[in-house]
Amino acid sequence: MFVNKMTKHWRTFFAVSLTLASAACTQKPEPASALKPLAFGAALVESSGGKQIGATGMVLAQSLVVQVSDEQGTAVTGALVEFSGPAGVSFDPRSGLTDSSGQLSTNLVLGSIAGRYQLTAHTPAKARKPVELKIEEIALGIQQQVGYQLDNKYCARCHNPESTAERVSNYDNLQVKPHPFTEGDALNKISDADLTSIISHGGPALNKSALMPPYGYTLSKTEIEALISYIRLISDPPYHASGMVYAQK
Amino acid sequence: MKNALSSMWQTLFGHPVRAFGVVSLLLLISLAIAPAKNHFSEWRHYQKQYLALIGNRGDAKTLELHFHNHDGIQQIWLPGLGVVDRCTTCHVGLKEASLADVSTQPFRRHPVIPHTLDQFGCVMCHRGQGPATTVEEAHRSTAAWEQPLLPARYVQSSCGQCHRAPLTGTPQLNLGRNLLARYGCVHCHTIKLPDGSAIKPTDDPPSLFHIADKSTREWIYAWLKDPQAYAITATMPNFKLSDLDARDISAFLIANSTPLAGDTAPATKDKDEKAPDPTAGASLYGGSFCSSCHAVQNAAGNVVGGDVGPELTRVGTKVKPEWLRAWLRNPRVYDPLTAMPHYRLTDPQVNLLTAFLGNKADADLLANVHLDAATPEQIAHGKLLVTEYGCASCHEIGGIKKPDNFAPELTRIGSKPLTQIIFLPGMEHSTPAYISAKIRQPRSFGAALKMPQYTFAPAQIDALTTALLALTDRAHDLPMALTVPAQPGSNYQPAGKAGQLMADLACFTCHAINGRGGDLAPDLTWEGSSVQRPWLQAFLKNPGTLRPALIRRMPKFNLSESEITELTDYIMAVYQTPAFDRDSMPSSGYASAQVEQGRQLFYSKYACQSCHIIDTKVDKGYIGPTLTQVGSRLTAAWIYHWLKDPQAMRPGAIEPNRNMNDEDARALTAFLMMQKGSNKQEAKK
Repeated sequence: MFVNKMTKHWRTFFAVSLTLASAACTQKPEPASALKPLAFGAALVESSGGKQIGATGMVLAQSLVVQVSDEQGTAVTGALVEFSGPAGVSFDPRSGLTDSSGQLSTNLVLGSIAGRYQLTAHTPAKARKPVELKIEEIALGIQQQVGYQLDNKYCARCHNPESTAERVSNYDNLQVKPHPFTEGDALNKISDADLTSIISHGGPALNKSALMPPYGYTLSKTEIEALISYIRLISDPPYHASGMVYAQK
Repeated sequence: MKNALSSMWQTLFGHPVRAFGVVSLLLLISLAIAPAKNHFSEWRHYQKQYLALIGNRGDAKTLELHFHNHDGIQQIWLPGLGVVDRCTTCHVGLKEASLADVSTQPFRRHPVIPHTLDQFGCVMCHRGQGPATTVEEAHRSTAAWEQPLLPARYVQSSCGQCHRAPLTGTPQLNLGRNLLARYGCVHCHTIKLPDGSAIKPTDDPPSLFHIADKSTREWIYAWLKDPQAYAITATMPNFKLSDLDARDISAFLIANSTPLAGDTAPATKDKDEKAPDPTAGASLYGGSFCSSCHAVQNAAGNVVGGDVGPELTRVGTKVKPEWLRAWLRNPRVYDPLTAMPHYRLTDPQVNLLTAFLGNKADADLLANVHLDAATPEQIAHGKLLVTEYGCASCHEIGGIKKPDNFAPELTRIGSKPLTQIIFLPGMEHSTPAYISAKIRQPRSFGAALKMPQYTFAPAQIDALTTALLALTDRAHDLPMALTVPAQPGSNYQPAGKAGQLMADLACFTCHAINGRGGDLAPDLTWEGSSVQRPWLQAFLKNPGTLRPALIRRMPKFNLSESEITELTDYIMAVYQTPAFDRDSMPSSGYASAQVEQGRQLFYSKYACQSCHIIDTKVDKGYIGPTLTQVGSRLTAAWIYHWLKDPQAMRPGAIEPNRNMNDEDARALTAFLMMQKGSNKQEAKK
């Protein structure tokens, strides 16, 4: 069955780019949900579990929790919330009714391609179009996973402005501010070769600040590649490889 | 009917020539079946699709060239690993880096991994049937081949077949292995590793020999009924005991407990002792850095603090004050091997902390627990239950032997044949589904099962499943040469009086020395080469933190002068690196020109101020240790060698290796050795 479908539609299938957000591969919500909403809300917000960095094909560490509230901002119990996302993403549960605090929690497994996953939650509203909420999660492949760990160990102390209980950020203390790795506007313009050069030889290699030390004698070539592939993946706006473009004829 | 048949026979074979023609035709058709079957085979269909796909791309020529070198059925044959994989027959583009934008299977490029396909093939990691040439047989289990494809969410388990040590790229597997040991799974389930050793538990369930000195029967009852109601981080699972069973077990444990001399201390009331300042207890708790190891749940529900020792949110409900007093005075009386250091607290301090912790109570926990005096029948029944539930697998209980192999061995669970598994109705028939369901809700497989209910998050269940799925036949049968062994454990024990002192202070809970110990604090293996004697003495007397941004800190143990001398002597004499002589470079008297050169290098060429502080007014580097007094703390030889290669001095150090030349390293050493700090101020820091 799958085979037949593919033969018929292979052109459309292959046109799907890595941008997983593309509507082409978005799964349609399950037809005719068995659940009937007991109440309707007017707003849908994310309580927790968005913007997580997980791994391809694996359940995210935190559940995704969304909350439905009415016009006055009071939590709505018994509102129906349905989740949807690109092919390969699974939700447990995919839909459900909000609890007494207006929340619904779902466990998320991301697809098997590394990348950013745009997910949607929606809840039907009375006499209006359903309220929609966009949520983004990131899935790392094995290579980016290594980069992520290296980032945590060596880079995040300066490059991540956010402090955690375990790690106080040094970002604010630096005279020349480092680029957070999500800062696509700046980092997307730097080529892989230049990034490799800065990481290996330090800031001065590209006439940048000496506050960025060289890691070429500490990290291996593979590790630096992994780090760059991680930086490219989490960059916002997303990074698109420059150079040869293998567009369709 | 008969007529029709005979007329048909007449038409086809009535005449010898016609009969010859028909027979020839039939023969031709039957001969054509084999090539036709081949022609219409699934894999050929995929290869044609692939050609159509790449024909449309800018780099079609290169891709086609790669393909035409390898069309037909492909096979990766690795006799040493038992791999015969034909997956690349349909998964044609696995090695094509330029197919990064293709998201349709089976033509996706393989994500970058540390291994190549030709080295390991596919089934080593993905399982499934390598030699199969149809989609169904390769991916799913059939009657003859029962190994289905491993779901992507558990794929790290495959790394664990060869890699016994933690890997950077496999956090899920590392977590799972950690949980197996930390949640005590291996107390009941034996897990033998391929190298012959067994996974050892890292939790330390308390002995129940003297439990009545420590806790009340009411608390034990409440704890047995729901351990997580007492402490959300409790690792003890829920055995779903009935009220009566919990009553009888608590009765038995209390009746079975024997008193231990010295593990309780009556309240001492000094007449002169004034009512303490109500904040004094909290500040003593904070100042002793109890939270480096113990967590407390705050009003917002967040658990704050370390996870070395038990959570203390409701400890006042759990322990008796007279026991707590004795414990704080010297925990080693009650538990000689506890990870808790023996603080040298004074009696007023002990009273203060006891009162402070006693207030961390939750009356609701025991509000509905009303137990009548235990009868001998109840106690006997409690003993029976304790044996049945295998409590002694984890806890030492007087008069009950630790059962051997209380639960099934899990040494090869990852290869357990599906035919030997009893699945629940409606459940997917696969080993991963079985294992994770069993961890999620053990009793769903039968109310009479003994395995208790754990409180794991979904990611933890997946991690545990991953760690268990790594325990395959393949993992056990691989030649040792192909495996990456784990670091052998060390049972290093320092000698003599200093060794006893270090055990008493539980140094190894946080510090590692010669491969043994925790990773909460710096490795001390070469501490004697690294620091100067007077600094070490002052530090042991009044430990501060070297890193301003650090939260977990070294407690102050109130050591006596002779204890400090004992420890200092031992550390300075024994913990020395063979790489250099610590006295090979002078601690002062560097030429001012060299010092100035060092300053220049520090601030401009090497920009050390991004992580370190020399001048507290200007520098703001909060990552590495503060260096204001580094010249009185470290030896010059250590600084020099550290600058040359930090990772050689301390593996895993995050300070990058700068490949520094000799002249620069010497000048920087000179500059740093001049940073002696002003004594009083620095002693505070």
